[in-house]
Amino acid sequence: MSTPFYVSPQQAMADRAEYARKGIARGRSLVVLQYADGIVFVGENPSRALHKFSEIYDRIGFAAAGKYNEYENLRIGGVRYADLRGYTYDRGDVTARGLANVYAQTLGTIFSSVGEKPYEVELVVAEVGETPDQDQIYRLPHDGSIVDEHGSVAVGGNAEQISGYLDQRHRDGMTLAEALKLAVQALSRDTNGSEREIPAERLEVAVLDRTRPQKRKFKRIEGRQLVRLLEAAGGSEETRSGGDVE
Amino acid sequence: MEANTPGTGRLPAAFLTPGSSSFMDFLSEHQPELLPGRRTLPPVQGVIEAPHGTTIVAVTFPGGVVLAGDRRATMGNVIAQRDIEKVFPADEYSAVGIAGTAGLAVEMVKLFQLELEHFEKVEGAQLSLEGKANRLSTMIRSNLGMAMQGLAVVPLFAGYDVDREKGRIFSYDVTGGRSEEHGFAATGSGSIFARGAMKKLFREDLSEAEATTLVVQALYDAADDDSATGGPDVARRIYPIVTVITEDGYRRLTEDESSDIARSVLERRLEQPDGPRASLL
Repeated sequence: MSTPFYVSPQQAMADRAEYARKGIARGRSLVVLQYADGIVFVGENPSRALHKFSEIYDRIGFAAAGKYNEYENLRIGGVRYADLRGYTYDRGDVTARGLANVYAQTLGTIFSSVGEKPYEVELVVAEVGETPDQDQIYRLPHDGSIVDEHGSVAVGGNAEQISGYLDQRHRDGMTLAEALKLAVQALSRDTNGSEREIPAERLEVAVLDRTRPQKRKFKRIEGRQLVRLLEAAGGSEETRSGGDVE
Repeated sequence: MEANTPGTGRLPAAFLTPGSSSFMDFLSEHQPELLPGRRTLPPVQGVIEAPHGTTIVAVTFPGGVVLAGDRRATMGNVIAQRDIEKVFPADEYSAVGIAGTAGLAVEMVKLFQLELEHFEKVEGAQLSLEGKANRLSTMIRSNLGMAMQGLAVVPLFAGYDVDREKGRIFSYDVTGGRSEEHGFAATGSGSIFARGAMKKLFREDLSEAEATTLVVQALYDAADDDSATGGPDVARRIYPIVTVITEDGYRRLTEDESSDIARSVLERRLEQPDGPRASLL
């Protein structure tokens, strides 16, 4: 009979964390930025059907990097949680903070339970407020911690370098076209510092737009509208008219 | 309601189990007591007094459909509410108008809206119009027990079919039976009179403006002969709710727009109390 090797708890946790981080690093990065009229999600995604960003509730959006089946499960869980809460209480009682908490508890429990493999995902939960200072962005790493972010956040493979780039250049009150341009610049920088071109059809873009008259503020920006916005940003800085989402 | 399992605070397994995109299916697995259909009524003698909503009408026109309702709720011979709202958007391309027990109907609409929104969020695509109409059927059927005790809910469902590019109307009976109506339809206590009026006024080539006038005329005729249906209330500025669904989506006419239509109908009725005349042959 063989005795199992002794592994210290520190070592066990470090191994699990490294396992999760490696899984997340394999995926492409995505960024979430505040702009004047809301919050914009930008990521590189060759698929038109498998989304990285989606709507959870009226003012709440969801972004995820890492393993598809795991974050898809969490996304559907979040939609069910939000809809059930809104049905039992009121639509106004569904908040990003509450949702982020539930996600953190879920990820944390899975991460520290020996029987389960840790989830290789990193999530962003964002809620657009009536004014920019009421916007909330939460980043949820694989281990169940919550980071309250302001301005801009990046998750996924190359997240650290991209956040550094964004932190230096992001400012409050950017138009949508400006924020989009900055996001694409940040995403197109490779680890070794070189730049590559990301064509519009490989970009997935969505916004939580506080100016939208409907109660559901989440909207995807695709096709011609996206191309127009990218062109508006690429051209002279005076052409600000392209920054509006109809 | 707590979404948490005691102890850990993590999402319970039911939330993370892949499977149905239906919110009602999820509820019936996770919290069946929240579903309206699961409630049983203790045996009661006689009729339960509760506010009832009355007349809903719908008319199709090339390019869309109009759904409208009066504003009265009655309880026996008493007017329970003068300004009740009985027409609701179900999602971007459909609307539902309710006749019957107001309390249950409003709850049914709330769950129906959520069912459509939930599907859309989970699947990333909308249900087909037929699919939506079928979901509503299921919900009415689950209320059959209540309906047998006098608490029936009979909605009218109208929507723009994006695939066929036209407006469509579905009517229901208390057992959840569903039938597609062509041209026009009505439900509720004043529906007999409203349908009579629409039958004489309906044409295939109505414009949107004509269709909205037609439903107000039909509601006026229903209020004329049915005590449970409310006519336009000029003194209190309470006018019918008129909604239009086209390829641009759902739109509810503003207070000003519906009051303009109601006032012009009223003005003509001062001269001709029975409304516009159809030709004899």
